[in-house]
Order: sequence, then structure tokens, then C-alpha cells
Amino acid sequence: MNITNPNSQHTHHDDHHHEEDKKNLFGFWLYIMTDCILFAMIFAAYIVLHKNTFGGASAHELFSMPFVLTETMILLTSSFTYGLVMLSAHKNQTKMVLLWLFITFILGVVFIGMEIHEFTNLYNEGHGWDKSAFLSSFFTLVGTHGLHVTSGLIWMCALMGQVMVHGITKKTINKLACLSLFWHFLDIVWIFVFTIVYLMGAI
Amino acid sequence: MNINTTNHGAHFESHGSLKSYIIGFILSITLTLIPYYIVTTHAMSIPTTYALILLFAVLQFIIQVVFFLHVTEGQDSKWNIMALVFTIVVLLILVFGSMWIMYNLDYNMMH
Repeated sequence: MNITNPNSQHTHHDDHHHEEDKKNLFGFWLYIMTDCILFAMIFAAYIVLHKNTFGGASAHELFSMPFVLTETMILLTSSFTYGLVMLSAHKNQTKMVLLWLFITFILGVVFIGMEIHEFTNLYNEGHGWDKSAFLSSFFTLVGTHGLHVTSGLIWMCALMGQVMVHGITKKTINKLACLSLFWHFLDIVWIFVFTIVYLMGAI
Repeated sequence: MNINTTNHGAHFESHGSLKSYIIGFILSITLTLIPYYIVTTHAMSIPTTYALILLFAVLQFIIQVVFFLHVTEGQDSKWNIMALVFTIVVLLILVFGSMWIMYNLDYNMMH
């Protein structure tokens, strides 16, 4: 991979489209900021309610730490591989973009698979969302993050199709950049889920 | 708010280099493993552990914003940063405000 000059293939369009792309990304950034507020509210609800276990199991007894660490590592790695998607896109390497997108997608699917596994295990062992305020807020918080990741995966599929059909153009790069913001944002949210739900639960 | 700026700065266009992504990746893995180790080995007292893992989460957040999101680079980045800072202020008020109010409510009902 040529890393000497990532901007070498970066052809500048006319200013009008350029400005529009910038506005698109800024608008998407603002959407992500409002999504932060959504997560802040769910985090606040979890922090307030997490001790109300209604006689049931607490965070300390429920979660398997090595399992959660694996999930975290997978999501961190997928964030890194998405970075490689953007680097390849700016170098006009369509095949590398598709390859890294695919690897990111697989890592995302494994993450969601592990989360579904954790949720079904908890439910089957009698720790469903209807058992206590703690479990309701836990499923809401982790589930909302999982739904975001799932929609990110659907979006990723759509973008793989677009890159296959149209190749790397200004438009597809702009769309890839939006998803990159979304994907890194989900990674950051997960860091706080990992810290506040799992690590603090295990203390 | 005027976002029709005429300068053609690298607004989001600074997409980093391979080196910056690798540094970010290694740092974020390290910043995940250290708090995990502290918590699972019960190496420190409980208040210290809480303080440390929160500190590591905040550091991790900064690392990811700088090395992965690249929103703080380029000439037009001030709007991104302004939106981010405003969001963080609202977020902290929401979370710590809720904790404060609910703790007091709980205390007053129980005593």
C-alpha cells in the first residue's frame, strides 16, 4: 500500500459541489451530536436505576468480563479497519475499499451476534428486561447501541453495492465519510457502555 | 450561524494517515486493557478504581476523537468543535443533573 502521499489522487471538484459536501458532513455531524444527547439520557437512566435490582441479580453477578472484553476489542478493531476504508478511498483504490468495508462488516456482524447471544442467555436464565428497573435500563442502553450498530451494518451493505456499481467518486467518498463518523461515534459510545455498565458493574 | 464560509479549508478532509490510525488503534487497545486489568484483579481500592476507569474512558474518548474522527483538524473545524463542546456541556448537565436530583430525591424519601 502506498502511504507516501495520501492526497496525490485527490482531485478537486468545482467549488459548488465542494461546499455542498462540506455542508453534508457538517449536517451529519450535527445529527451525531443530537444522538449523543439521546445516549446521554439513556446513560443517565441507567446510572440512576442500576442499583434497583428488585431482589434479582445485580450487574456484578450477571456479566462475563472476558466475553465483554472480546466484544470491545472487535468493535475497536472494526473502527480501525473503517479508518483503512477511508484511507483507501482517498487513494482511489476501489478493491481495497471493498475489502476493508467487508472486513469491517464481518467484525460488526460478529459484535452484534455476540450481543444477541448475551441477551438471549440473560433472558433464558430468567434475567429478562421485565424483571427489574436495572435490567430494563440495561437492555434499553445496550439494545439502543446494538440497534445503531445494526443500522450501520445495513448502511454499510448499501455502500458496498454503491461502490461496486459507481466506483470511488466524490459522492461515494462523501457517503463513506458520513458512515465513518457514525461508526467511530458508535465505538466511542461503546467505550462508555464498557466503562459504566460492565467495568463499574464488576467492581 | 454562518456556515457559508468562503475559505476552502480541509473541513473533514483531513482524513489522517495510516500512521495516525495505527497510533490511535494501539492507544485505544491499551486504554481498554489497563482499566480491565485494574478491575478484574481488584488491584486498587474501590474509590481509586472508579476514578481511574473514568479517567481512562475520558482519555479513550479524546484519543478516538483526535485519531479516528479527525473533526478537530483543518481550517473550518471550529464549527465541528463548537458543536461538540456544546453537546458535551448539555450532556454533562443531563447526566450529572439527573444523578444529583435523583440521589437527593432518594435520600429525602428514605430518611
